[in-house]
Amino acid sequence: MDKNISFTLKVWRQKGPKAKGSFETFQMKDIHQSISLLEMLDILNERIINEGKEPIVFDHDCREGICGMCSLYVNGHPHGPGVRATTCQIYMRRFNDGETITIEPWRSAGFPVIRDLMVDRSSYDKIIQAGGYVSVNTGAPQDANAILIPKDIAEKSMDAASCIGCGSCVAACKNGSAMLFVSAKISQLNLLPQGKVEAARRAKAMVSKMDELGFGNCTNTRACEAECPKGISISNIARMNREFISAKLKD
Amino acid sequence: MWLTNSSIGRKVVMSVTGIALILFLTFHLVMNLVAIFSTEAYNLICEFLGANWYALVATMGLAALFITHIVYAFWLTAQNRKARGNERYAVVERRETVKWTSQNMLVLGIIVLLGLGLHLFNFWYNMQFQEIVGNHEVLLGGQNYAVHDGAGFIAYTFSNPIYAILYIVWLIALWFHLTHGFWSAIQSIGWSNDLWINRWKVVSNIFSTVVVAGFILVVVWFYIASL
Repeated sequence: MDKNISFTLKVWRQKGPKAKGSFETFQMKDIHQSISLLEMLDILNERIINEGKEPIVFDHDCREGICGMCSLYVNGHPHGPGVRATTCQIYMRRFNDGETITIEPWRSAGFPVIRDLMVDRSSYDKIIQAGGYVSVNTGAPQDANAILIPKDIAEKSMDAASCIGCGSCVAACKNGSAMLFVSAKISQLNLLPQGKVEAARRAKAMVSKMDELGFGNCTNTRACEAECPKGISISNIARMNREFISAKLKD
Repeated sequence: MWLTNSSIGRKVVMSVTGIALILFLTFHLVMNLVAIFSTEAYNLICEFLGANWYALVATMGLAALFITHIVYAFWLTAQNRKARGNERYAVVERRETVKWTSQNMLVLGIIVLLGLGLHLFNFWYNMQFQEIVGNHEVLLGGQNYAVHDGAGFIAYTFSNPIYAILYIVWLIALWFHLTHGFWSAIQSIGWSNDLWINRWKVVSNIFSTVVVAGFILVVVWFYIASL
């Protein structure tokens, strides 16, 4: 049964990208376990605002696990202790009375902190802009059965497409590598006949953008896969490497 | 050049040199096991792999593989630390599927490298190196050994329990390094998918265990023989 819990909250506070940050400690009293972690932060922020101080800045939007905005590193895990869940899907029943909850921003050179718990993830947008699309002339939609796609291929592509681009793979990776994200975005298109045409160009362009933005090299620790709220598999990384290597060998 | 300036290219170099070194280890193990069955046969191999031109070319190739693998390891690690940013997490928890070895390959590699230094000092320095500089015999522990007497050097080295223990520690570090390195190399060059990743992991574990157990067997065999 859910009950009220009291706990210590340690939150990372940082005034700006260049400023030096530090942890601020809050004592939380009688928080009901049925509310979400983000709602708990809302309650805290209301208190802080009433005290006339600056509220804690954190990213959030849909609060139902599909937009990929929320991005808190809670108790040593991106998106908190839950498996296949985003931060907004974490409820206070995950935590115990008297516990210390530590909340940090994603930490990676590719995601600089903007303020407090909010990081700049526009590098992901830049990678998508480098090739994460299909260049087709728009026009009247053709019949859905005109291009036949085997069921298993369609499913693999759909699985890759479930990536919400939240950045937890980079946050989890000791190397700050964005390989899981990039490989999912490449795979979802390259698996399908519509995407095959530009497959080699796409793989080269997106990987080179990823490297240019300063993300690290993948060492196959599988931390990304373990922490991914959408359960994206590192098989996508193998597929991307295969495509990238064969494209480079052909050049 | 994509093998130096792209992240996947750099990992390809790491993988290919790693797999080549795994093949070398397999060859080395087969050679060592001969010493258990026949010391004469083992010494014949040592003579064949002395300071002949083909053995020297192979040694240089091997050295190039090691150096490339090690230089890339430090280079990649430096880049990865930079990519991680300046601030570290205050709290970090590892999920069960994330193996400790996979996150400590550099540390394990450094232990393997230190062991390799000891190994070169114990064997290569007394054998091929002495032959290159023109010596035919080496004085060890008050006894002369011919530079081709590989079995003699094995028996001499592993009669010392300190060396035997150091070598076993070294080999255990190698086991950890290989269990991750093998399947990881295959994954990096893209020969993996949802089905094969588990098969490669099993192959890695079996292969590493067989190789390391074989090497340890030789150490223990000659230690016991010396008692």
